[in-house]
Amino acid sequence: MNLTLHVWRQTGAAAAGRFERYDARDVSEHMSFLEMLDVVNGRLIEEGKDPIAFEHDCREGICGSCGMVINGRPHGPVPRVTACQLHMRSFTDGDQIWIEPWRARGFPVLKDLVVDRSAFDRVIEAGGYVSIRTGAAPDANAVPIPKRDAERAMDAAACIGCGACVAACPNGSAMLFTAAKVAHLGALPQGQPERYSRVRYMLAQHDDEGFGSCTNHGNCEAACPKGISIDCIAQLNRDAIRAALGKGTEYAGAAGGGA
Amino acid sequence: MRRVAAFYQSTVGKKVAMAITGFILVGFVIGHMLGNLKAFQGAEKFNHYAEGLRELGAPFFGHGQVLWLVRIALIVSVGAHVLAAAQLTLRSWRARPAKYHAAPHLELSYASRTMRWGGVIIAGYVAYHLMHFTLGNAHPDFLPGDAYHNLVVGFQSPWVVAVYLVAVAMLTFHLYHGIWSALQTLGASHPAVNRWRRGAAAALALVVLTGFAAVPVGVFAGIIR
Amino acid sequence: MELRAKVPSGPIQEKWDKHRFEMKLVNPANKRKYEIIVVGTGLAGASAAATLGELGYRVKVFTYHDSSRRAHSIAAQGGINAAKNYQNDGDSVFRLFYDTVKGGDFRAREANVYRLAQISLDIIDQCVAQGVPFAREYGGLLANRSFGGAQVSRTFYARGQTGQQLLLGAYQALARQVAEGTVTLYPRTEMLDVIVVEGQARGIVVRNLVTGAISAHMAHAVALGTGGYSNAFFLSTNAKACNATAIWRAYRRGAGLANPCFTQIHPTCIPQAGDYQSKLTLMSESLRNDGRIWVPARAGDARRPNDIPEGERDYYLERIYPSFGNLTPRDVASRRAKELVDKGQGVGPERNGVYLDFRDAIQRLGQQTIAERYGNLFDMYLQITGENPYEVPMRIYPAPHYTMGGLWVDYNLMSTLPGLFVIGEANFSDHGANRLGASALMQGLADGYFILPYTIGDYLAQTKFAAVPEDHVAGRSAVAEAEARTTRLLGINGTRTVDAFHRQLGRLLWEYCGMERTADGLNQALREIPRLRDAFWADVRVPGAGQDLNQELEKAGRVADFLEFAEVMCLDALRRDESCGGHFRKEHQTPDGEARRDDEQFAHAAVWEYTGDGTPPKRHVEPLTFEYVHLAQRSYK
Repeated sequence: MNLTLHVWRQTGAAAAGRFERYDARDVSEHMSFLEMLDVVNGRLIEEGKDPIAFEHDCREGICGSCGMVINGRPHGPVPRVTACQLHMRSFTDGDQIWIEPWRARGFPVLKDLVVDRSAFDRVIEAGGYVSIRTGAAPDANAVPIPKRDAERAMDAAACIGCGACVAACPNGSAMLFTAAKVAHLGALPQGQPERYSRVRYMLAQHDDEGFGSCTNHGNCEAACPKGISIDCIAQLNRDAIRAALGKGTEYAGAAGGGA
Repeated sequence: MRRVAAFYQSTVGKKVAMAITGFILVGFVIGHMLGNLKAFQGAEKFNHYAEGLRELGAPFFGHGQVLWLVRIALIVSVGAHVLAAAQLTLRSWRARPAKYHAAPHLELSYASRTMRWGGVIIAGYVAYHLMHFTLGNAHPDFLPGDAYHNLVVGFQSPWVVAVYLVAVAMLTFHLYHGIWSALQTLGASHPAVNRWRRGAAAALALVVLTGFAAVPVGVFAGIIR
Repeated sequence: MELRAKVPSGPIQEKWDKHRFEMKLVNPANKRKYEIIVVGTGLAGASAAATLGELGYRVKVFTYHDSSRRAHSIAAQGGINAAKNYQNDGDSVFRLFYDTVKGGDFRAREANVYRLAQISLDIIDQCVAQGVPFAREYGGLLANRSFGGAQVSRTFYARGQTGQQLLLGAYQALARQVAEGTVTLYPRTEMLDVIVVEGQARGIVVRNLVTGAISAHMAHAVALGTGGYSNAFFLSTNAKACNATAIWRAYRRGAGLANPCFTQIHPTCIPQAGDYQSKLTLMSESLRNDGRIWVPARAGDARRPNDIPEGERDYYLERIYPSFGNLTPRDVASRRAKELVDKGQGVGPERNGVYLDFRDAIQRLGQQTIAERYGNLFDMYLQITGENPYEVPMRIYPAPHYTMGGLWVDYNLMSTLPGLFVIGEANFSDHGANRLGASALMQGLADGYFILPYTIGDYLAQTKFAAVPEDHVAGRSAVAEAEARTTRLLGINGTRTVDAFHRQLGRLLWEYCGMERTADGLNQALREIPRLRDAFWADVRVPGAGQDLNQELEKAGRVADFLEFAEVMCLDALRRDESCGGHFRKEHQTPDGEARRDDEQFAHAAVWEYTGDGTPPKRHVEPLTFEYVHLAQRSYK
């Protein structure tokens, strides 16, 4: 099939971007979306032009590197897959495809479709962990964990940190990402001692990064390639309210820091 | 208290403030709607109800005192609700400075998309409504103390009825997303609860729609005269 | 080059404890005076950096990803082994040790493997305490499964995303140290060289992938956790960016490279669909528990699979290996598939696969049960191929997956270059010539959490260090070399893309140094690789500038190194004139086509020393002795 691509090109963070038109010819329906871009890039290089920069790595939907908005949808038209798992059989001959980077203040564009998602790392650094020293752990079966809780934790822990939730959110909010970690650790006994301090620190960092507020639209859940539920956000809210009402220990001047 | 104050500074804190004030306003809306329906019982009952509002809390409180307390609570709620909404909206606009070339509304329902402008429309409508039926300066023939008369005369114009119906429709959407959203914001999420959260919000919104639309339509159709 | 394994004396069960006691300790107050560089944030790198930070060292961590959470450890599906014996089915440290040495076809160092099996217990404890949501039984205890033909259930798992969950655990531990200020993270920063000062590894040269700036970072010791080199084959199950640059550059600076020919081919991957294919996708090996593998009995049979009657199908693994059947080990299953495809019995549009058929399992157990067991894999297959595996058999084919070879390390995980430690898949590891399923995660975390933090302290405590400022002359000259190389790559301005060369190299290696190797083929490869390398340096086109985010330039540097690396890989395969594990030399097989080891001549690790461009590398050997597991021929009949 032949397709017309309109790809966002931007030389750097400070530069103004624009859409450029490219023809993708003889695209096989078995190609992945990124392989289609590989072919387009190969031709651009041969023509002496600058190839389209886009992030990708594992190409099997787990590393969370890839991410682009395809015809207005993060990761494209097929639910529950990342762009690398999207295949061209989801498109038809003659389609016009608009490809853009994640757009959010918390994710500044570095080049073309590549954005800076380091804000996510800083949100985790603010408290998205269990403070356990290497070697200090009790036997793994010492604390039984009900299967239901383990499954609930796993549902939330499946987040790949791709940023599609932020890209889909009309408010540029990273609440689903933040909440997934809060819900993951909050569902397990190991996460309890820091449960309420964690939510306060992570929330404060989320806000400091310039992400918007959640208005419960549910776009994030629809865009999430791993199907993380906005129930996680409700749990974050609940824990945040409890923390505000005095739950959880106070560290002396540890705001934003670790234990 | 320091923690609560700090919490209010966060995006979630402001949302919680909106949820709490939202629920207060929902309570008011339901009470108001039930009162309105007394119009179907005729002039005497309706006027008695309207006057009775001023006697709330008697004999502990004097004439109009409780009503003013309620009014103050409502004004504070509206103020807090609007302030938090405005702050969050500005923040969200900053957080998403650029738009996509083409953005289908993934999960965005009409109701959730219209929360902000719907809220502004409702606020405008409330101002008009107060001038119409409370202060009377937007009313063609306002008689202080005769609420029934004011009501029947006020809804003779098809334009006025249309404005009210549009406003009630906006309110319905606002409540449909707002009630569900407030439950989510307050963390009322549990498999057992989640099943009926949307349904309950929809049911309540429909009740409000029917209840509020009934009176202007009733007057216009000549059932209330 | 001297290969001193430094294995402690004494009974194997006591070596590690004894060694830990004998190690020199660094005074707690002195720890923050030491700087340690860790390259890579996969399981090994992230866990090492987090633990070293906890101990109080000043740690700098480098990753070419935008976040330390994206390393390819994240893609491991199946699970992680540990000799917990929670199932009471007779597992023990000794049995895990035994299985690993035997599974590795007797080409690993016994003492290291025993330590790995011991530490496996601590790893599970550590990960659970971090909040890794392993699968549980209804009673709340940890669930286990049997994996890769093991006769005990010792594999811990988190759905099909075990690697992801373990990596997130390590990533979170690392994040905690970043917040504490003990670890400084350098994302989007790629290592280009090792800096050696007075015979010690004292720093690295890196390129900032956003600005393009090349600079030096100095430290007291360097640890590489930079993964394997399967991407030498271009098409592999590895992530696109996985590369050999770090270990190759270390090799060129004096670290010995061990057993580069030991590569693992995974039997169950989705076959290549076309020339544009950028990588191969692994389908979990667990599918072989219920799927039956077959090809049409007649070569060139173009009928649809469901139209081929039972009598005209060859369930070849069940036929050749009646007792193990479809569960024969990875290397054996892979070779049989290749043979049949080469004979023209392959299936699919490209005739490059074999069927993995669930028809009988669905009839026996019902679609519901199959969906519960493999639903996510079936969905993934459908997504990639457009074919519904509930209705038509899956098509699978082997693909490069893991590399057992890597930089040689002693018992302390230090390479032949003092101060350069190597952890995880990047070292020549504990897997010998073949890695068992669910053992890679175990090794990465053992190295990072529990071994390196001790051994690096011992090294620091007993070593005298010269003062090395950030602008030391050795660093400046290494930076200048890296800059010159970048400039050269950008200046060729030829006609072919980097990928075109990489594909060509991959085809060559797959043909001559893949599942089946011959002396003739390897000699052919050794003639062709230098020609391809010359063509690359003459005709590659790398667009753009050095001072920019330039993905083609990144790829070009990596492929240039693969083009050198591949030669040593083939040389190693040629000189190892035996078959063992994943290294199958056609000349050395039993009458029924099994790998035949030559323990007289090759019970050793082969270690290659760089002697300069244009001169052949020098081969050294570390003899391997087997005191606890007796040398025996593997048999799966």
